[in-house]
Amino acid sequence: MNRREAIAAVGWILGGTLIGAEFLVSCTSSAAKVNKLFDQDQVTFLDEVGETILPATSTPGAKAAKIGMFMATMVQDCYTPEDQKIFMKGISQVDEESKKRFDKKFLEATPQQRTQLLTQLDNDQKAHQKNKKEDAPNHYFRMMKELTLLGFFTSEVGATQALRYLPVPGRYDGCMPYKKGDKAWAT
Amino acid sequence: MADNHYDAIVIGSGISGGWAAKELTEKGLKTIMLERGRNIEHVKDYVNANANPWELPHRGGRTQEMIENYPVLKRDYTLNEANLDYWVNEKESPYVESKRFDWYRGYHVGGRSLMWGRQSYRLSDLDFEANAKDGIAVDWPIRYKDLAPWYSYVEKFAGISGSKENIPHLPDGEFLPPMELNCVEKDVAARIKSHYKGNRHMIIGRTANLTAAHNNRTNCQYRSKCWLGCPFGAYFSTQSATLPAAEATGNLTLRPHSIVTKILYDKDTKKAKGVEVLDAETNQTYEYFAKVVFLNASTLNSTWVLMNSATDVWEGGLGSSSGQLGHNLMDHHFRAGAKGDMEGYEDKYYYGRRPNGIYIPRFRNVNGDKRDYIRGFGYQGSASRTGWGREIAEMGIGGDLKDAMCEPGEWTMGINAFGETLPYHENMVTLDKSKKDKWGLPVLNISCEIKENEHKMRKDMANDAKEMLEIAGLKNVETYDAGYAMGQGIHEMGTARMGRDPKSSVLNQYNQVWDAPNVYVTDGAAMTSAGCQNPSLTYMAMTARAVDHAVSELKKMNL
Repeated sequence: MNRREAIAAVGWILGGTLIGAEFLVSCTSSAAKVNKLFDQDQVTFLDEVGETILPATSTPGAKAAKIGMFMATMVQDCYTPEDQKIFMKGISQVDEESKKRFDKKFLEATPQQRTQLLTQLDNDQKAHQKNKKEDAPNHYFRMMKELTLLGFFTSEVGATQALRYLPVPGRYDGCMPYKKGDKAWAT
Repeated sequence: MADNHYDAIVIGSGISGGWAAKELTEKGLKTIMLERGRNIEHVKDYVNANANPWELPHRGGRTQEMIENYPVLKRDYTLNEANLDYWVNEKESPYVESKRFDWYRGYHVGGRSLMWGRQSYRLSDLDFEANAKDGIAVDWPIRYKDLAPWYSYVEKFAGISGSKENIPHLPDGEFLPPMELNCVEKDVAARIKSHYKGNRHMIIGRTANLTAAHNNRTNCQYRSKCWLGCPFGAYFSTQSATLPAAEATGNLTLRPHSIVTKILYDKDTKKAKGVEVLDAETNQTYEYFAKVVFLNASTLNSTWVLMNSATDVWEGGLGSSSGQLGHNLMDHHFRAGAKGDMEGYEDKYYYGRRPNGIYIPRFRNVNGDKRDYIRGFGYQGSASRTGWGREIAEMGIGGDLKDAMCEPGEWTMGINAFGETLPYHENMVTLDKSKKDKWGLPVLNISCEIKENEHKMRKDMANDAKEMLEIAGLKNVETYDAGYAMGQGIHEMGTARMGRDPKSSVLNQYNQVWDAPNVYVTDGAAMTSAGCQNPSLTYMAMTARAVDHAVSELKKMNL
């Protein structure tokens, strides 16, 4: 039974329990859905993509900010259907590129391989953005990178550990000394 | 008052309505303030004011559902997750755009005083004399000397921070200490001053944010989250300032959910006797009666109320005998300027988030300067160090990118001009009876556009910005004109202008409707020309002045 049939079946047993619906859907998908578009496997995958873009250094990386779930929420709620398709397809494209290059899926690749692959995809997206028409859609890796940056630096770990966060500064100093290595303000 | 009789009625509770209520009640008048939307209680109802960025599920952004529900708000930065509940429900309250007009509304107690930009500048005689000198529209019936004491009066209460600069066409006010320019802005200001030999100025913005404790309100904490509502009451709003003052008199009744559908006009006395109210929750109709009515429903809604009133006497509504009601709609056109990079200053940064920027007062068509357009523009902007969103061309992904993004980037500075829009008769609003809002009331149809004068001005707005930034030492300076639609300035003005003659204006020199002298309109609708300065401070001053007039006239039994 595929997804469409499952939903049709649920429609037919109108008023039937939600447990039934979950059971029917689970015939085709082993991972639990986290929202309408994403399942847990995809969130795990995106956590690793995010962590490769912004890894733990002296401060935690994007995975610590639950970046996969953040991307899933943003793509579901904020993206147009067209961009959602590009993003979802992008998830499998990352794996395809990984297989082509290393003969294994992204999650099975070493950290060095992941970085190598995503660096290439980042170059691809930069070229794509440069050459595309203004209203043409963004490259899927641009989406992943943007969401990673936004999600990480506005997250609690990103804002308070990677950056400096002051909820209530209390005063303004327009000429504060700065030395290289001092962190930027989060907001 | 059980019989619905008051001394005064105030329609609207935003910046000017709040002032009307404060002044009327402090002068001893039993006053009812009618607000069409819900109540928002100071501090308690500022739901996201203390939220950390990560507590907002979309980090302040916009969802597809929001975009669907807010077809107007989505056109600009105004559509956002953090203060969505402060913006009008567009499906309930639609309007018609014969020509595009971005109308950003706040239907709740406090109105847009909760979300306003807080920049507060006086107009001067350069502005009040402009129409007469240029021979366009009609002359203002007032001059700077009429309003100057009232500017001082409202500034002292509201709390405006700023620096005294002694610039004749941007008069100094009663200021709290100015906020500080940052290091780059200080140097840019000094270079502009020396290059233009004192004919151009870059000053710190004058803003209704407290730089010192004031009237039982706490000073600004430099969070720059003003538009979420300030738990410290550190910027001027109805809730933080005028409403508590009005309530303290014991003379105020605040009635939310009260849509004023018309002013009740008495043909015999030729005055208003009260208003009709539609309760937005129950759909019940009520009448309230008073000796004087202050109409402060915001520019276009004040005109809407007039258009719906006394239609049995004048088909076009109260104030329409002039032929000017609904006409001469203005805004400030903006989104043109320049930006560039400042090299150096790597050892400088700032502490705190200043909810304010720089201001460059008008320098075109003043002091002997003459352009191929009339009027002028001022700039607002700021210098800052870039953050994690910057592009670093040579950096892709990984630990180096992350560590670089954790440090501030280079300094950049941008300035954006706000230009005067002329009062064109054909820029107008009408009642559209073919379309109804949620309550079955006719909606406004808006038709307006900027014309040749503004388009010519925009070239200077971009080019002058580039010239000044380059003179100030910025590199890679680029001009921009991001396009502009009327309304985007959220400074809608006109449609019930003041004037000297009832045949060509809706209001007289005290903001009284010529055709009903106990009705005062003291919001943006009254503006005869737009100036290029942010207008709210002028509404405050006009309102306080008009209340003083009304109460004096009531005492003389003239109303």
